[in-house]
Order: sequence, then structure tokens, then C-alpha cells
Amino acid sequence: MRTEEPPPTADGRQELVLERIETFRRRRPRLTDKVVTLAHGAGGKSSAALVDAVFLEAFRNEALESLGDGALLTLPSGEQLAFSTDSYVVRPRRFPGGSIGHLAVNGTVNDLAMCGARPTWLSAAFVIEEGFSVEELTAIVADMAEAAAAADVTIVTGDTKVVDTGAADGLYINTAGVGVVPAGRRLAADRVIPGDAVLVSGTLADHGVAVMLARGDLDLEADVESDSAALGELVEILLAVAPGTRWLRDPTRGGVGTVCNELAAAAEVAVVLSESALPIRRPVGGACDMLGIDPLYVANEGKFVAVVPAEQAQAALAAMKAHPLGADAAIIGRIAAEPERIVLLETSFGGSRIVDMLVGDPLPRIC
Amino acid sequence: MKYVDEYRDPAAARVAVRRITELAEGGRDGAGAPYAFMEVCGGHTHTIYRHGIEQLLPETVELIHGPGCPVCVIPMGRVDDAISLAEQPGVIFTSFGDMMRVPGSTSSLLEAKARGADVRMVYSPLDALKIAVKNPDRRVIFFAVGFETTAPSTAVTLLRAREAGIMNFSVFSNHVTIVPPLKAILDSPDLRLDGFLGPGHVSTVVGNRPYDFVSQKYGKPLVTAGFEPLDILQSVVMLLQQFADGRCEVENQYNRVVRDEGNPIAMAILAKVFTLRPHFEWRGLGFIAQSALALNEDFAAWDAERLFDMPGVRVADPKACQCGEVLKGVIKPWECKVFGTACTPETPIGTCMVSSEGACAAYYTFGRLHKTAASLAVAPA
Repeated sequence: MRTEEPPPTADGRQELVLERIETFRRRRPRLTDKVVTLAHGAGGKSSAALVDAVFLEAFRNEALESLGDGALLTLPSGEQLAFSTDSYVVRPRRFPGGSIGHLAVNGTVNDLAMCGARPTWLSAAFVIEEGFSVEELTAIVADMAEAAAAADVTIVTGDTKVVDTGAADGLYINTAGVGVVPAGRRLAADRVIPGDAVLVSGTLADHGVAVMLARGDLDLEADVESDSAALGELVEILLAVAPGTRWLRDPTRGGVGTVCNELAAAAEVAVVLSESALPIRRPVGGACDMLGIDPLYVANEGKFVAVVPAEQAQAALAAMKAHPLGADAAIIGRIAAEPERIVLLETSFGGSRIVDMLVGDPLPRIC
Repeated sequence: MKYVDEYRDPAAARVAVRRITELAEGGRDGAGAPYAFMEVCGGHTHTIYRHGIEQLLPETVELIHGPGCPVCVIPMGRVDDAISLAEQPGVIFTSFGDMMRVPGSTSSLLEAKARGADVRMVYSPLDALKIAVKNPDRRVIFFAVGFETTAPSTAVTLLRAREAGIMNFSVFSNHVTIVPPLKAILDSPDLRLDGFLGPGHVSTVVGNRPYDFVSQKYGKPLVTAGFEPLDILQSVVMLLQQFADGRCEVENQYNRVVRDEGNPIAMAILAKVFTLRPHFEWRGLGFIAQSALALNEDFAAWDAERLFDMPGVRVADPKACQCGEVLKGVIKPWECKVFGTACTPETPIGTCMVSSEGACAAYYTFGRLHKTAASLAVAPA
């Protein structure tokens, strides 16, 4: 930091302060907390800080450092594999539109699909609390089998652990998955360039709102279902008509706002979204409005955000809309060169605002 | 939801912005100095950011974010008290969501929860009462914050608790009132404000009359404003129109909801349950006389302040923090000594950095990009 005299004009001093902040913001967030809080799991700045300081620091390697949805690994034969894992701890375990079983399969399948892989094999590990109903376990596992069949993946290995009452919240599931990436396919943020179109495969925030309502502590009733679904097939359809597709990401925890921020940072571009183009179901938008939560930060479990060259965007949109999982697909924005690393939202009202990374979980506001 | 869409119509917004630009031409002094209007309510600030209203306004109108975010004005000592309540054995501590992250002197409720305290987020005090009914062997405390907007629901909950004889429920009241801080801001010798967007939600309860002193005694216009983006623009038009006409009055833009006399039933319920505290500390503004509500004698059995031991230690706002001046529009966020260095959204020192809508937090995040955002938004897609 320079310590020279501040420039005499107010504008000059303001400029210095802003520059200092800019430099600071470019750094990855630092971990300052002494204990892990829920914010570290929310997918925002705190999560990034924890991952950097603890996991990346200890495990550092090339495959991990890309911090994608899964790792890309090259076999001696030259073929590429995608490998991904995720743990599922949702409460309630069953909600309109799905269950923890559906999520556990679809979540990992989607992470693989976002790497451009064809999801093929899955593992499943269960941490079960003593006293858990066998009937419920059977039902959840049946959901997993159903989801695996729909996604055309096989669950080929697994593990079971039982812990004392109180040591787990009923049931935790971990799945890991492997898929093959077809030769010549590469989806990566560094391929994204200004002018590209940003698409989303369907309506936003359905899963997060469905789960919040299903928790039942919101005296609010609305007909909202989770969007939990496997996206492998829709991704293949997209890549067939828009082979130039640059980048894919499923906006789960942290929502579309967070993945767009990750993209803007990784590709060093601006992501400019148009609020009026965001597909949001009425009851979902209404519930978010009431709770003071921004649907851009609410979780989805059966959607992806795609960056496609502008000239392939219309074809991509049409093809996605022809598939039931992409019926509400929309072009929601574009990539611009400036301002670098920023997500901008053009509001329906005619203004604009910045969509920043969330600091923690989105919390309902009182005022 | 059609109701709401009418107040978010971009075409109507363009008309309003054109009118604002005309009325504010030349600024307050004819030489371009901007009119500075304070929106009192945190809800207004939220709307202004969410819809990008600042980028729509001409440079001759500036909005200053006021003290009306009930979460930001709770002093650190009270947050420490809340955390100590939450950590007492057998307690279930319930709080509104956005209060959970507000830092006390050493930690927040969210961190207390991480350390093992039973802290639960609720959406209304009645939910907290339900938790008390379901957990008769636990003591359930509700962390009551907010202006006259949320105070009636706390009062109704207490009346219900008394009626049903629910004795394991209590309230830690931090309810505050809107008029005293307005007075405190207006009394400040270095005040630089031309008018106010009055608090819409609070006024549904207290009405519009309590603000008469703003125009009569202090000579500043006030327009009670609604919370949709067009409400804000229209209220700015009304303020500027007063200047153009040479008037200085209290007006009501939010007349579809706010009546001059307020809501007498809600006021009566407040009077039944609460009593004014002689003084209360506001983060960033210091002690303000008769600015907060405590439970009265009749509800002593449900008053967490009487039932539990709390540290009750006053934690001074850090000396370097200039939130008070920022709130009064005396300095800009970036002129504060600790802005962007010791005080950042991740490690906030003052109230203006605590909530994402605080003036400093917003400036920290959006400052540089204001102009860029504005120019990009009008560029063709």
C-alpha cells in the first residue's frame, strides 16, 4: 500500500478508498472464524473461505483447484473421466416433488453432467441414526432406485454406518459418481467470452421454496414443488444443437446469483442478467417477496445455467424448450467485458443493481 | 399479485424520473448541489437497492439511508445480552432471521448457535409462543426487535400468553419508536438533509400526525412513502413539488394503506402491554430519551429482562466509527476513517456496515460500479 499524501480533491480521495476496496475484493475471502457456522455451508463467501483455508490448503492438486462441480481426470488411454461427490442432509426428508433419495441421486448425476460427462456409475453411503424407521429407509432407497433408473445410472457400491441416537439428524446420504466425458468436449469458464448468451433451463427457486414451505414453520401455503431432476439428457440435447456451449453449472445451494458470481470471477467477465427474463413461478415469486428472500439466491435441484455463443442461443433455447425438463428455459442475460468479475441485474423497473456473493445463508428480513 | 405489478411498471417509472429530473434541475441551490432526502425506513432502502432506483435518479437528487433498520440500531450490549440469554441452560431462544448475524462485542447469535445454544429462527412472535407450548419443560424467549410495525404483534402474543397462562414464555423487548430518532437527527447541528421519505409501515400503526413537528418545528418536508419502487419515485416527486411550490408539509403518498390517525386498535394494544423506557441506546446515534418500549408491570412475569440475569454491559461503539455522521448525511461512507479498512461487510464495526442495506455496506459493495451499472443498464441487449 502506498502511503503518499492523499490527492487534494475529494474525488481523488474517494478514488483511493475505492481502489483499496477493489484490491481487497479481488482476493479470495479469508477464513477468520474460530468455529464452523451454518454460513460456511451456505455456498457463499464463507464457504469459499473455508474451502480455501482448510481443504484446498491440505489437498492442493490440479484437478481439485479448478473447484468445478467435479474433477476431470485423464486415463492413460487418453479418455477423460468426471468424478464428483456430494452429501445430502435435507430436512424435511420428504417434500412436495421429491425426497432426500431423489436429491442424492440427481444431485451427483447433475454435477457430472455439468462437467460435460455422461453420468454412469454411482456409490451410495448412508449414515443412519439409531431408531430410524426401516419403512422410511426403504421408501427413500426406493426413491434412489427410481431416480437412478430415470437418469440411467447404476449404483454399484455403498456403505452403511449406524450412529447413536442424537448423533445424526435421522439420515445422511453421501453419493459419489463417475462418468465419461466424450472426446473433444470441454466445458470451462475460460472459454466464456463477451457477447455470449446466458441461458437457464427452467424456473428459479422451486426447490428452495418448496423445502422452506414443507418445513411448515411458515404459516404459508402455496402450490410449489421441488424441481429435483436429473439433467443428463437435457445437457446432451443442448450440446447437440449448441456444440459451442462454453460452460454449464447447476445452481443448487446459493442459486443462480452465486453461480453467476463464480462464473464472473473465474472468467474475469461481467454477467449481465435481465430481471424481466428470469423465469419464476408466481407462487414462488410471491413467497420470496413475502419472506424478503431474493429468488436469485434460492436453491434449485433440476436446473442448469448455460453459457452459449450468441449465434447458437436461439437454437439452444428451442431445443431445450422441446424437452419437458426445459419447457420454461429462457435466455436470461449476456456476458460483457466490463465491469470485470461483477454480476449486474437490469431490474424490470428500469434500474440496475449488482448481484453480489451472499455473505451467509439468505435470512428472511423483518423490515 | 397484479396489485404489486402496477407499482413496478417501468413505463410509469420513466415518467416519474422525467418529472424528478425537471423538478430537481439545478439542484437545491441552483448550482447543482443535490437535494438530500433521507429514506427513514430500512424497507425503503431495500426497495431502492433491489430495483436499482439510485441509478435512475438524476445527480441532483441523493438518497441518504436513515436509521430505520431495526436490526442495525440494536446496540452491541443488547446483542451480548441476547447471546447470554440464549446460552442459559434450558432456554430456547427465538429470533427473527436477520437479527441472527448481527455482531455483538464478541460474537453473534449465529455463532452462539454454532457453539451449541438452542437458537431458532421464527417468522413471528406467535411462532415463538407455539414453541413454548410444545416444549413445556423449556424456557422460551423471544428476541423482540422492531419499530411500531412489529411491536403490536409482540403485544398480541403477550396478551395471548397471559390469557392461556403460558408461563415458560418470555420476551426480551428491544422495540423502539420512530419519532425520537428522527428528532435526534433533526437536532444535530451539522444536519445536511432537505427532506424525508417517511416510514410507511410504522405509519400504518402510528399514523401521519406524529410527524407534524418535522415540517412545523424543523422546516423540513416529509412524505410518508410506500414500499414498491413507484411509491419511492412518486414520494420524491412529491417532496420536490413542495420545494417548487414553496410549501413545507407532511404529506402521505402511501394513502392506500396509511391513515392520518393510524390504527387506534394497534395503538391501544401497545399501550396495554408496553411502557416507554426513560432512555435507550441506539447503535450509531447514542442514547435517545423515551425512544424504546419495555414490558409494563402487568407483564413482569413474561419479561425476560426481569426473569433472567444478563450482563447488561454497555459496549461503546468503537471510537473510530462515524456511523452517526453517515446516518445524518454529514459525511459519505468513504470519508469515515475505518471504512474499507477495519470496517468491512465481513467484519463490520458500525451499524451502517452491519446490514447489507446499511449505507456503508451498500457503498462498499456498489460504490465503484454505480456509474458503470447505470451506463450498462441502458445499453441495448
